[in-house]
Order: sequence, then C-alpha cells, then structure tokens
Amino acid sequence: MAEPPPPDVAGFACPAPLRDRPQIVMGHGGGGALSQDLLEHIFLPAFGNPVLDQRGDSAVLDVAGLLADGGRLAFSTDAHVVQPLIFPGGSIGELAVNGTVNDLAMSGARPLSLSAAFILEEGLAIAELAGIVSRMAAAAERAGVSIVTGDTKVVERGRGDGLSITTAGIGVVPAGVELGPRQVQPGDAVIVSGTLADHGMAIMSVREGLAFEAAIESDTAPLAGLVAAMLAACPWLRLLRDPTRGGVATSLNEIAAAAGLGIEIEEPAIPVSPVVASGCEILGLDPLQVANEGKLLAIVPADEAQAVLAAMRAHEHGRQATLLGRVVAEHPGIVVMRTALGGSRVVPMPIGEQLPRIC
Amino acid sequence: MCLAVPGQVESIRDEHGIRMGRVNFGGVVKDVCLAYLPEIAVGDYAIVHVGFAISKIDEASAQETLRTFAELGILEEELAELRESDEPARPAADKTEPAP
Amino acid sequence: MKHLAEYRDADTARRLAAEIGRLATRPWAIMEVCGGQTHSIIRNGIDQILPPEIEMIHGPGCPVCVTPLETIDKALAIARRPETILCSFGDMLRVPGSREDLFAVKAAGGDVRVVYSPLDAVTLARSRPDREVVFLAIGFETTAPANAMAVQLAAREGLANFSMLVSHVLVPPAIRAIMMSPGNRVNAFLAAGHVCSVMGTWQYPPLAEEFGVPIVVTGFEPLDLLEGIRRTVAQLERGRHELENAYPRVVSERGNEAAQAVIAEVFAPVDRAWRGIGVIPASGWRLADAYAGFDAERRFDLTGITAEESPLCQSGEVLKGAIKPSQCPAFGKECTPRTPLGATMVSSEGACAAYYNAGRT
Repeated sequence: MAEPPPPDVAGFACPAPLRDRPQIVMGHGGGGALSQDLLEHIFLPAFGNPVLDQRGDSAVLDVAGLLADGGRLAFSTDAHVVQPLIFPGGSIGELAVNGTVNDLAMSGARPLSLSAAFILEEGLAIAELAGIVSRMAAAAERAGVSIVTGDTKVVERGRGDGLSITTAGIGVVPAGVELGPRQVQPGDAVIVSGTLADHGMAIMSVREGLAFEAAIESDTAPLAGLVAAMLAACPWLRLLRDPTRGGVATSLNEIAAAAGLGIEIEEPAIPVSPVVASGCEILGLDPLQVANEGKLLAIVPADEAQAVLAAMRAHEHGRQATLLGRVVAEHPGIVVMRTALGGSRVVPMPIGEQLPRIC
Repeated sequence: MCLAVPGQVESIRDEHGIRMGRVNFGGVVKDVCLAYLPEIAVGDYAIVHVGFAISKIDEASAQETLRTFAELGILEEELAELRESDEPARPAADKTEPAP
Repeated sequence: MKHLAEYRDADTARRLAAEIGRLATRPWAIMEVCGGQTHSIIRNGIDQILPPEIEMIHGPGCPVCVTPLETIDKALAIARRPETILCSFGDMLRVPGSREDLFAVKAAGGDVRVVYSPLDAVTLARSRPDREVVFLAIGFETTAPANAMAVQLAAREGLANFSMLVSHVLVPPAIRAIMMSPGNRVNAFLAAGHVCSVMGTWQYPPLAEEFGVPIVVTGFEPLDLLEGIRRTVAQLERGRHELENAYPRVVSERGNEAAQAVIAEVFAPVDRAWRGIGVIPASGWRLADAYAGFDAERRFDLTGITAEESPLCQSGEVLKGAIKPSQCPAFGKECTPRTPLGATMVSSEGACAAYYNAGRT
C-alpha cells in the first residue's frame, strides 16, 4: 500500500469564506465582508441614489424647501410578510414599497423617501432575494420615491419565513390639504377606485391546500399619483383610506366609527371582476372582506363627486373608479348595504383571518 | 349549511383509482372528485361541495324553473291590467306546480 | 357563473316577493333549516323584501355552529399532541371550545391545517407517514359523501396514520325535534336543497304528514329562496301540508344513490348532541364498526373530555323560534360574536350574531 503524501505545511492557510454562495448564511447578517457583499452586489445596484450612496448610518435629507409653503411632513411605517414571497401580479417587494407609499398618500402626502429593513432567513436563495430587490427598485421608481437607508439582519433557518421587509417613509402634505374623519359630513359620497379583492384572491389561489387555477393577479400599485390627481380636482377631499387587510368592510367600519356617522353602500355598485367573484363564490368569501393592495376609498363632498370620479378615471390606477355609497347621519358607526334585491343588511367588521367556509 | 357551487366539467381522469375531473367555476378551475356521478360527461354542469360533485344539474329542470319565473312577469302585467279593470286577482300558485 | 347568475335577478325577485304578498293573508313562521340559506337570506336582504306576514326563523342547519363543545374540546386535545396534524374546514377554526379555539392551539405549536376537501387530508396522510393525520369530519348529509370516501380511500390504501373525529348531523331528526319541542312556532320548513341532492326527498313526506307542515325543498340563490317561500305560503294558505321540490335542477326524489351507498357502508346512525339544543336521538352518523380503526376517538385517549354548555345560553330557544335573540339574558353581555356562548352567536349568520351585528334589540 502506498504511503499517503506528507502534508504540505507550507501551502496551508485557513480557508477563506466562500463569498459567492447561492444562499443566505448567518454571516450575511454579521456586519462583515459577507454583509458588504450583499450591500454592494444586491442592494446598492438596485436602489442606488445619491443619498443612499453616501452609506451613512442615517440618510440626511434637505426638506426645508418642501415645507416652506406650509407643507407638513407625513411619516408612516409598514411591515410586510406574505407567503408565497412571489405571487401572481407581484411580490413582497412591490408590497413593501406600495404599502408605505399608499399609507403616506392616504394622508394626502406626496411620498419622498423610504427606508427598508430586511429580515432574511438563513437558506433564502440569493437569486430570489435579488429578484425581489429588483422588483422593489422598479416599484420605487414607478412610485417616484427613493430608498435612502436600510438594514439587513439574518435569522436562523426556521425562524424567518424566508423574508420580511419593513419600510418606513416620509412625504409632504401640501398646505391646505386636511384629510381625516373629522372632515366627514352626512351626505358625502363614498368612492372606490376600482375592483375589489384582487390581491387577497391572488394570494389565495396559490396558497397551500386551496390552490386553484384562475387568471387573478394582485392589484398592488402605488396610489400617490392618483391621489394627486384627485386633490387637483378637489382639494377638499374629506378622507382617503386604502382597504388592505380586512378589505373594504373593515375600512368602512373604521371610517364610520371614527366619524361617528353611518355609511350606506349599494350592492350593485360594488366592483368585482367576474373571475374574482367566482373565486369568492367557491370559497365562501365576501369580496368586501378580502384584501386589496392598490385600491383606495375616498369620502368626498357630494357635489364634487363627479369631478373627482372623472379625475380618477383619467388615471391608470382609477379607471374603474365608481360611486359606492354615501355618508348618512343615521345609524352612527354602522355600515349598511342596500342589496340588489332592495333589502338591506349590516356590513360587519370582519373578526379575523378570511377562511374558506363549507357552510 | 352547505356551500355548493355549480361548475362545468372540463376533463375527466382516473387518480388513485378514483374518478377525478377538472371543473371550471366561472374562470376558476379546480380538481374535483367525480366518483359519485358515474354518468357525468365533459361539458355537463355539476354541483360541487368540498371538492366533490354531488349532483348533475338537470338542464331541462333549470329551463323549466326559469320559464316559471318569466311567466310570473307576464302574469304580473296581466294582473296589473286586471286590477285596472277592477277584477279579482287570481292566485298564481296553481300555475307553477313542481317540475317532474 | 352559469346556473347562479340567472337566479339573482332583482326584478324577478321583486315580482316573487309581491306574489308572496298577494298570497299571504295572515302571519306565517317559516324555518329555513339550512345555514347556507340563512346566509343567503341575510346577505341579500331577502327577509326585508318579504311581506310583514312572513317571518323567517333561522334553523339549526349550520354544521359548524351545532358541533358540540365536547367535540371541539376533543379536536383541541388532538391538535395539541405533538405527533398529530389536525385538518379542518376553515370555518371550524374560529369556533371556541370550553377554553380556547384551534387558532390558539396552533399558536401554541399545534399543527392545524385548513383543507378545502377531506381528500386533501388523505393526501397529507399519504405524504407524511411519520405523523398522525386527523380530519375533523363535521357536516350534514351534504358533506357525508366526501368524508365517507376519504375514509374508504384511506382503508383501501391501508393508511394507518389517517383518522377522523366524526361529528355528522342529520336534518330530518332535527325537524322532528323542533316540531316536538314545547313552544314551537314553526308553520313550515324550507328543506335544505344540497342535503336533498344527496339524500333525495323521500325522507320528508312522512314528516310533512305527521306534523301537518308544508316542506319545500329549496335552493340557495335569491330566486330559489323566494320561490321556495312562495310555494310554502301557497300551501299554508290553502291548508295543505305536502312535500314540494322547488329545486328540481339539482334535487331528485331518490337523490344520489352512489353517494348513499358509500355513506351506508362507512357510517352508522348515532344519538348526537347539538350545541345549544342537546341530544337528539339518531340525529347523527358515526363511523361504522368496519371502519372503527379510523375513528380518532378510539385511536387517541379522549376519555374524560366532557364539556358543559353555558347555562346562560338559550340558543336552543332561539333556534326553535321561541324567543328572539335579544330576549336571552346573556345577549350582548356574556355572549357576543367575539365571546360566543352558543351556536347562534358562533357564526356570523347565526340568528344571535345577525341581531348583534345589526344592532337590533
């Protein structure tokens, strides 16, 4: 038997960490060279902008000029988890950008800058992360915002659900724009910007155990441009709300409660695409309770409703805007639907997660 | 008690020895067990509950029911005319006994 | 969707409601047995376009609502075990047991999964031989063919890790119990169309005869329901009490005989407790002895799990139409949709929950 060759002591060195791994490892959150790799190869190329490129511990923004004419700063944050991470019509990346952009827009603000914090689970494919980050960058560009600061942490496999993203953002509310439940008056019109339940049903269609085939895509979209067009048509909008989780039923109940007024909606006016309606039908879900990610509800003075609707329909994210109902002095805090048959029923606040029914 | 929805059978196959099919519910397609409807064919409509087709929809009966509703509209117009001529209204129930 | 949209036309609905108004000369209390029909009546506001003479009483036909507390506690106990995966229809997750619901058990580490079909649970058992997969098999006759086939399939494949916690309930014994209860005000029944699509209509003429009530097999869309009510009122006004089938496109007299055969093989009749009502003789199905090996109650030691229904709850009286929800002393106090004591507050379509949400007193 041949002797094994003697060890080559002179050539020995501690192995260098493998830099181009296909998956996230704990070291990517360690703050060292692997973290730098992620920053330089994934995040900076996607999000690159002058403020982010400074790579400071915080982003320093000059907003004095924006606030000079009585504008006010709006500030919002939104945490995002979703399974699967990529779904028909979008991904957690678009949701993370549009979620905060829309929260800012609902106060009437023009969104400016976002932060983004990523919690990565050990084992996440770096290609998948890169894909989501590039979707996120594209969404930021569409929304007209910059991602100016961020952070990344890694959690052990089994403790992170792949990826979660928390964004925060600032925007400027123009002088004179005052949105809120106190502005809401009996007689005001309730407008919705388009079809309901697309996002929730798109997610449902790819959920384990429920999967079905249908041409349903998430409606995730930035709404700041639509809001700007609406404010241009009517600076006296009373209130805006994006009906995300819990759907329109939740948002309308919140508005009614906060305003101390009733809301009446008309069932035939509720816009739902036929295939989404079919999906809701087979799972026993009410489209009013299913999530949207690119729709808004607007309360506007009744005599401005047509002007606002016209402005909305001229915008790409408001083509199917429609009058849904009205604010009333009766039944404060309660949302009532006039059914197609001419009856009425209360639209309750959904209690929890939407689950398919058998009954 | 039982959420069951009509869908149209698109294809039929055998899986684990069980008759299964693809059923289209207004653009939403799902796998459905067809074992309880041995006579159902592609193109037929069935009522589906928790993934099982439990009843084939009888098109003739469906048409009959819809015709009943349509006649109600005509009847209502006749009744309105009758009321105008001040004659007693005639109950409609006898006209709509159950289809066989 | 074809076979749905045609039965939702608002003009025809108004004509049917007007026709019911012409027929009704005095007050009638009609019970829709089925929770799906209750859902449709409330969702479409059908009760509000009916003439004032017609009172709809929402019956005990929601399988989720009537599942006894004890069964839910047993499901919770199974779900807490580390070796099990409990599969359930989505609407059971929210129903509270004595102390918690399946959401809470899931949050504490239990493996609880929502399935659309019982076959999904069989598929899971096939792919996870390392785990005990238990399906919470609730339902009326409509769901029984699906649950029965899941057991048959598991037996044929020798899936030793699959079992069912069965709490099946039946409509005809419930109708009998309601008619025999003191203070009953029900004059007529809309029978549940989808139950009859499986079982046929032959079980009902004897009930109509014995209790002198019209029974009309009815579908679920607005026009189906109004047509069922119209035929019921026509019978009542003429003093008749017969079985009629107002849902012939789906229901035949004999029902689905292939399904009935499998049910007869897999299930056997049993006395069953109904939440808020109590035990009704021969009102349910259990697994037949030949399939006892798939009975989760035998596979897991569930002895000692018993549950007392809240003594405050009067949902049985509400279900029978004897009192209005707001006449129950616990209504809106101890009992709300978030802390339901009984069947009728559990589901959002239950009579008590509907009253609560509407702010009615």
